[in-house]
Amino acid sequence: MAGTKIDVAYVSDLARLELTEEEKALFQPQLESIVKYVEKISEVDVDGVEPMMHGRALVNAFREDVVRPSMDREKALANAPSRVGDEFLLPKIVEGAES
Amino acid sequence: MELYELGIKAAQEGLSKGEFTSMELVESIISRVHAVDGKVGAYLTFDEEGALELAKANPGAVPIAIKDLINVSGQPCTCGSKILKGYVSPYDATVVKNLKSNGFIPAGRVNMDEFAMGSSTENSALGVTRNPYALDRVPGGSSGGSAAAVGGDLCIAALGTDTGGSIRQPASFCNCVGVKPSYGRVSRFGVTAFASSLDQVGPMTKSVEDAAILLKAIAGHDDMDGTTPLDAVPDYPALLEGATLKGVKIGLPKEYFEVSGFDPEVKRITEEAIRRCEAAGAELVEVSLPHTEYAMAVYYIIAPAEASANLARFDGVRYGHRSDKAVDVMSLYMKSRAEGFGPEVKRRIIMGTYVLSSGYYDAYYGRAQKVRTLIKRDFDEAFAKVDALLTPCSPTPAFRHGELQDPLTMYLNDLFTIPSALAGVCAASVPSGATSAGLPVGVQFICGGFEETRLLKVCKAFEEATGRVSPRREV
Repeated sequence: MAGTKIDVAYVSDLARLELTEEEKALFQPQLESIVKYVEKISEVDVDGVEPMMHGRALVNAFREDVVRPSMDREKALANAPSRVGDEFLLPKIVEGAES
Repeated sequence: MELYELGIKAAQEGLSKGEFTSMELVESIISRVHAVDGKVGAYLTFDEEGALELAKANPGAVPIAIKDLINVSGQPCTCGSKILKGYVSPYDATVVKNLKSNGFIPAGRVNMDEFAMGSSTENSALGVTRNPYALDRVPGGSSGGSAAAVGGDLCIAALGTDTGGSIRQPASFCNCVGVKPSYGRVSRFGVTAFASSLDQVGPMTKSVEDAAILLKAIAGHDDMDGTTPLDAVPDYPALLEGATLKGVKIGLPKEYFEVSGFDPEVKRITEEAIRRCEAAGAELVEVSLPHTEYAMAVYYIIAPAEASANLARFDGVRYGHRSDKAVDVMSLYMKSRAEGFGPEVKRRIIMGTYVLSSGYYDAYYGRAQKVRTLIKRDFDEAFAKVDALLTPCSPTPAFRHGELQDPLTMYLNDLFTIPSALAGVCAASVPSGATSAGLPVGVQFICGGFEETRLLKVCKAFEEATGRVSPRREV
């Protein structure tokens, strides 16, 4: 990975985050220096080392699969930026479909 | 003495003796907030009527300030971000439920770096928080509002969250006790996620005993958070009885004392702390945590990676800001997020997306998780030899607003708190002294996973050996 270069415009698109030209110009060198810094980990010999996914060695936490009360529908919809009836309202997703 | 100056223990005693009521306690805090929070800026919102009603309905309850990423039903939860403007929590986080059922009430919501990303609270999109000990300086972060409220006597105690040092560093800057519990000790349900494998809620208080009381109240297994084990919660405050440093083996990790950029006054205060421990009967042992130098790099891969996934939920669909310039679903995502998030959050989302992206995952995220195992092993090996580690908490005292402009320089402020966060062990910052300019400085104690009893006892004995640290406050 040494010498790899982050393409901020491309990655922000993957992240579904629109950036202004000013932001791209600001973030590009900042993120390059952060990426360069974190590449330090390539020095470490990790052969045969298991990855650590969590702050504690964990096993799966199982519980009985029983129905429990969940959030009231009205509460779940209360913060909706836009709604119609019991649904979140969004712009048309399927191209060519009737709106 | 004014009621707002009290800590939890003293407040509980006064309440149980009938010397004052919870309502009077809340009223005292409200008057203090009115008097000085214009200067400090600890609170983002304070539902005074709601807090007074809760105090009336729960006589005997102690009010706790809540970091603005913890959901309290019916209250805002902005996470310091414009993207959650207008959001009203539909439910209580488990820690809030636990508070309510253990003699506490939430009162006031305190400022923070946006989505807990930062070390100065300057990344809040909603307001500036100042250090009550030096108003031209930052309170630290990301739990800067919590620290400023505790350190400035604008609350009795507060909840903060710590991902890479966000409880401990601001506690050090604002002369408070701050405890980052072991990963899994406290439920994260209802706490807006930053980096899920690291985040923990913890107490920020005026004394170690208060931290023990508050930790006992919030800790424990939660069906809604699969990472909380069934281990019983010890009676931390009762177990503090007779806490001593006599015979306690305290490890001094040599790598922490070899770093550059270490403020000489912080160094002096840390050395004095070590001497006090020795004088109180502790046995000092030099230890080595050889992978320390890689911790920052590991953290700035893992934390942004997890953040980029967690923050994908802010898409303008179900809650939060929605752009009115969107023409289709894709532009709704792109523009809502562009308008809602601040610069540091954007940087970390991009960084996180990059290290998880196709072709880079193994080299960055996968490898970082393996180095994290080695960092954890360093701690395991150290705790086979010693009971606790003593280290500086932050390489500098509180810095001025705007002083650290470069993101990477700001990140390096957390180099002493990040390794223990990655290892998932428990750690705390305890007031230890002040610089010649009167800036508070804490030291950090670290113990093994689920060794909070030991940690709190060491901190309590250290607090007794140190005496009250009371640099001049500006409010």
